Amino acid sequence: MSEPLVEFDDVLTRYEPVIGLETHVELGTESKMFCGCTTAFGAEPNTQTCPVCLGLPGSLPVANAAAVESTIRIGLALGCRIASWSRFARKNYFYPDIPKGFQTSQYDEPLCTAGHLDVEVDGETYRVEIERVHLEEDTGKNLHVGGATGRIHGAEYSLVDFNRAGIPLVEIVTRPVAGAGAKAPEVARAYVTELREIIQTLGASDVRMEQGSLRCDVNTSLAPVGSLEWGTRTETKNVNSLRSVERAVRYEMRRQAAVLDAGGRIVQETRHFHEDTGSTSPGRSKEEATDYRYFPEPDLVPLAPDAEWVEKLAAGLPELPAARRARLREEWGLSATEMAWLVNAGALGVVEGTVAAGASPADARKWWLGELARRANDAGVELTALPVTPRQVAELSALVAEGTVNDQLARQALDGVLAGEGDPRAVVESRGLAVLGESDELVAAVDVAIAGAPDVVAKVQGGKVQALGALVGAVMKATRGKADAATVRRMLEERVLGS
Amino acid sequence: MSDLTALTAVELQAALAAGETSSVEVTRAHLDRIAAEDGALGAFLHVTADAALARAAEVDASGTAGTGLAGIPVALKDVFVTEGVPTTSGSRILEGWRPPYSATVASRLADAGTVLLGKTNMDEFAMGSSTENSAYAVTRNPWDHDRIPGGSSGGSSAAVAGRLAPLALGTDTGGSIRQPAAVTGLVGHKPTYGSVSRYGLIAFSSSLDQAGPMARTVLDAALLHEAIGGHDPRDSTSIDAPVPTVVEAARRGAGGDLSGLRVGVVRELGGEGAREGYEQGVLDRFAEGVALLEAAGAQVREVSCPSFGLALPAYYLIAPSEASSNLARFEGMRFGIRVGDDGSHDVDEVMALTREQGFGPEVKRRIILGTYALSAGYYEAYYGQAQKVRTLISRDFSAAYDDVDVLVSPTSPTVAWPIGARVEDPLAMYAADLCTLPASLAGVPAISVPCGLSDGLPVGLQVMAPALADDRCYRVAAAVEAALGAPLTDRLLERAA
Repeated sequence: MSEPLVEFDDVLTRYEPVIGLETHVELGTESKMFCGCTTAFGAEPNTQTCPVCLGLPGSLPVANAAAVESTIRIGLALGCRIASWSRFARKNYFYPDIPKGFQTSQYDEPLCTAGHLDVEVDGETYRVEIERVHLEEDTGKNLHVGGATGRIHGAEYSLVDFNRAGIPLVEIVTRPVAGAGAKAPEVARAYVTELREIIQTLGASDVRMEQGSLRCDVNTSLAPVGSLEWGTRTETKNVNSLRSVERAVRYEMRRQAAVLDAGGRIVQETRHFHEDTGSTSPGRSKEEATDYRYFPEPDLVPLAPDAEWVEKLAAGLPELPAARRARLREEWGLSATEMAWLVNAGALGVVEGTVAAGASPADARKWWLGELARRANDAGVELTALPVTPRQVAELSALVAEGTVNDQLARQALDGVLAGEGDPRAVVESRGLAVLGESDELVAAVDVAIAGAPDVVAKVQGGKVQALGALVGAVMKATRGKADAATVRRMLEERVLGS
Repeated sequence: MSDLTALTAVELQAALAAGETSSVEVTRAHLDRIAAEDGALGAFLHVTADAALARAAEVDASGTAGTGLAGIPVALKDVFVTEGVPTTSGSRILEGWRPPYSATVASRLADAGTVLLGKTNMDEFAMGSSTENSAYAVTRNPWDHDRIPGGSSGGSSAAVAGRLAPLALGTDTGGSIRQPAAVTGLVGHKPTYGSVSRYGLIAFSSSLDQAGPMARTVLDAALLHEAIGGHDPRDSTSIDAPVPTVVEAARRGAGGDLSGLRVGVVRELGGEGAREGYEQGVLDRFAEGVALLEAAGAQVREVSCPSFGLALPAYYLIAPSEASSNLARFEGMRFGIRVGDDGSHDVDEVMALTREQGFGPEVKRRIILGTYALSAGYYEAYYGQAQKVRTLISRDFSAAYDDVDVLVSPTSPTVAWPIGARVEDPLAMYAADLCTLPASLAGVPAISVPCGLSDGLPVGLQVMAPALADDRCYRVAAAVEAALGAPLTDRLLERAA
């Protein structure tokens, strides 16, 4: 796919981007949206199905109350108005992964409307307006067998797994976001990041993009700078990581600018994002799109959330990520930039846990953003995937603070923890990592160092006190780092300078 | 015992309870009659003979026969899903399908100890008024084999009127229980929408479909109604309310005293100025039926429901719209037939070919009609407008029920017509539902009870009541039945003798 692209910075000299996001979140309810089947991920195909989610003749849906509750909580967290009367609607179209020939969704009477989410990029706040949050059911999953691409074209045959069919899906639709300019790709990413964190905080979904429990469609359009009208948008599907959200917007901006520069016009269409190249390619054109013939679902009674119940749900919301960040920033005395690093590193939760387990905020940050970030990077895993708990990190920090180990020994203790040898204190014990006091062993090591370097001793005695460092190094080496450097220096000074 | 197939369910119940017969004997008698008569009648699509006898033996062994409906055979319209038993909804597209589950009403009947005789013929997907739209067989009216048994529950009406089964379940979307009951001399009741579970009823029009009983007497129908009614958590539209005490109402009505009951005769359904399409014989029998109500002490007055005249066009927008969506699942992917899967067609073509060959012309007509009515740009003018008419009809009912307790009308404008007479004229076929559509659109209960013969063919009187007041329907119907002296179908017995 080699389409002409305009340099990103160049795009912005002539065009203003407008973005919009449609995010689908699979709710973490025990059972599916309209039947009692389990929603567990990864089971053998078609083992989690029943007459309802297979769309067998005669079967009827019954709405999952827990899913309705989750949707309302998401709506509340996004500052939405919660409808007092809402209906499901049928979205009619034929596809093998749609068992009923329609998807039960919501159309003109969604559960939540008119909310917003503020996101921060480089210290600036952008308000993303939320148009609606509605509830629907997921489709089955097609598996195209044969052919090179795994897509339907060129496949020999296709199989359908209905385990996913009927899993409750919340769709969160933004209003068009204009005015972000060069930051548009980052705003898109920041929005999805923040949304993901909110939903995680609510416990409504595990929001794992790689498993598809959070999926993003990204709309992008360009308008000439100064134009009052927005351009034609494309909808990029299959954007399955935070990084991809940013890349997809960036790519579409560059591609569309090239089309417009060449005097072409943007076709309103669905495009597919390619993870490997970071590019998009055309899918089906919206101009020939199906008429979904929405109408109110007659098999389901309308939802009428009681105002008092909604108030109770609102009062029961947990502290949301933005409020939590503000509070922690205040408590820990961090600058906005320091906070941003912490958040971007995905370390906020573990640092908070480490502080809660007794470490100072500074030490906790130092550990997670320093040594542990390095280890995670080396191992190629997420910081939070390291086999060490915030409590263990706090213990490590305490061992240093109380002088039981020095920094170098602490890192060795961490090796042990990561290797599964137990808690830091136990590793210090079993590996014999504790700092040596003024023991006979240390006195002997100091004596050996002085005896082995008469020239250095002479220099020190001759006034070049900084030469003492070489002797400290020798002692540290002899004790394999187990000595406390300050103690060693004091002992050497006593012996060599007699002070 | 003499002919067990001549007995009503209530009589069979007594005989079973007294030990004068067994469920196996009763079941065998009906199976024998099916074997002898159904070749000519065409009431059944599938007879579960072996399973029925085994089930009857079980019930006999359990000692429960004669308690409630235990041990009594029933037939189910083929629209009800039955585990392991072929279920087609009268359509080629479901040929060979054996469902992995059972409809709630089928399970309730099984739990009550009834014996399933088999599945009865019907218009394909319940779309029709003559059962001629079945993909499988022509069903004949036991009163005259050259005439239709009504529809869409025509297999059930023919089976019960022809004494192939004492009881049967039908479904009614726009009149599909009441009209076949009327033209075969049976009692047929469409319950309040939401009072009988739709789970496992293959949907035609979700907001209208209701299952209900068909029987030779009002009391039999009431017994069957109580066995299937009541809340079902699997049906979101199911009403969580106690089953109306229709058996008691039927017994009370049979006493023949309707003093104090206010009866409204709907002018727009066969009254002054609204008689076009109504046969004189039907109007005469209906008038006599109303006179019987008056004689029983009811206060009769004429009532106007001006929006009822709009019921037909509204119904033929709403029902096809919902059907176009309900029938989308029949695309050959998971059940039923699949056409064109030979490696030379892609998935869209296989779906299209399957539907092309699997659906009959009336079903296609309604899918096209409904698809059009729901299309962008037409929705408001058609579906939206029809829903507003529906509201107007409901208001007419509410206003009428301020002044009267029940409304009455003929059930069908005509008696059973000759087979083939309306096949080429869908509008004439649709007109058969003229009187039954208002109650369907408003979701209120309505019963058809025989009120005599016209040229030797049965005529039905319809009694409509407010939602959840099904008992009133049964009470009034029982009074009509009592005044006429004997079940109308006894005339068929006399004729045979």
